[in-house]
Amino acid sequence: MSAATANNFEELMQGIWRENPTFVMVLGMCPTLAVTVSAMNALTMGVATALVLIASCGLVSMMRNIIPKEVRIATYIVIIATFVTAVDYAIQAISLALYDALGAFIQLIVVNCIILGRAEAHASKAPPMPAMINAVGMGVGFTIGLLSLGVVREILGAGTLFGVSLFGANFQPWVVMVLPPGGFFVLGSWLLFFAWNERRKQVRGEMQNA
Amino acid sequence: MNIQIMPAPQVTPQVTPTATLLRVLGLISAICGLIIVGSYEITLPAANANRRLALERAVFKVMPAAKSIAEYIALPAGGIQPVEGGESPVGAVKFFAAYDADKKLVGVAAEGGAKGYADTVRIMYGYDPDCQCIVGIGVVSMRETPGIGDKIITDKSFLANFTALDVKLNAELAALANDVKAVKHGTKSNPWQIDAIAGATITSRAVGKAINDSAQNLLPKLVPNLDKIRSKS
Repeated sequence: MSAATANNFEELMQGIWRENPTFVMVLGMCPTLAVTVSAMNALTMGVATALVLIASCGLVSMMRNIIPKEVRIATYIVIIATFVTAVDYAIQAISLALYDALGAFIQLIVVNCIILGRAEAHASKAPPMPAMINAVGMGVGFTIGLLSLGVVREILGAGTLFGVSLFGANFQPWVVMVLPPGGFFVLGSWLLFFAWNERRKQVRGEMQNA
Repeated sequence: MNIQIMPAPQVTPQVTPTATLLRVLGLISAICGLIIVGSYEITLPAANANRRLALERAVFKVMPAAKSIAEYIALPAGGIQPVEGGESPVGAVKFFAAYDADKKLVGVAAEGGAKGYADTVRIMYGYDPDCQCIVGIGVVSMRETPGIGDKIITDKSFLANFTALDVKLNAELAALANDVKAVKHGTKSNPWQIDAIAGATITSRAVGKAINDSAQNLLPKLVPNLDKIRSKS
């Protein structure tokens, strides 16, 4: 593996695992809790956010040398809003049912702090290629985060996965899981798991050092 | 007091000239504008086709005998006219005439909405002019509690209310003879009453109110003009 590919791989994995936006950075919690009532909603939201993230990081990075420092935040928001609008139109063209299910949260991608954060912290300082690879990683990481909530909530709260019934007619859905409190329960459990995992690694590291 | 004030080190902030700011912002806005307009133009036909399909599906659900539909509006001053694109007058009520394969009118579908438990419950109902009754409902949009309020889509005994829900007009054709109303579960005694779902009374009431409000508004304008839409032109 050459140094360049190793670097690209590092950029990609940063978002997917080491700095996962949902579970490690705990960013973008509003859509995470609100739209993950089903796996399909979670997947659509994740992909939509990822597309906006990749496109706006690419454009921000291409323009990084001409954007004046004084107006950079305003410029980033305009660029992000543009791609959110484009994605919004695209979802309307693909499926109205999905569009209705996600509601205002598509438009609210504009204020998702992952995207502005990436544009400011990474894309504005890196050339287009690494910036977009990093954005792909972050997008995939966010999608994984949303999916891990959506899948659990749909299975427990409706007894289905991607709309396919899993347990037959006798399953009594655990309705609270598709209500807002369910989002907090599942997110809390995942964060607990990641924190426990982190701590276990630390303890093991200390024991090896001792 | 003799304090020597050290002069602050001279910092020369890099100020971008206004002309550059304007030029860059203008350039970026132009690029963004192009992207937005481009994606709008590309997706518009597909989005419109989706919307029409969703509408037809909703109408066919409440009027299973229908094969095609035509959009009309009922004017606030009375009278009806087909929708011909553009803006419809203020206060006009939209409805859909549903026709069978022989282009004969099988019924009329219209939308109604009322406040439910969480948000407005929007429903589509099918009106059969022969029995002057509502013969089916479908939900257009709602955010009711899953497993409780959303039973209005699935509960068989609730949906049985809408096989022949009486919406006859009074003698002057000015209003419904009887208000459509949801009543407590198990107390339905008249054909214009809706037997509410036990435990989902608020949502059931919203359905009743939505039908009542919309029918009170639409039917007095529609019924005298029914002959105009008997067959599809």
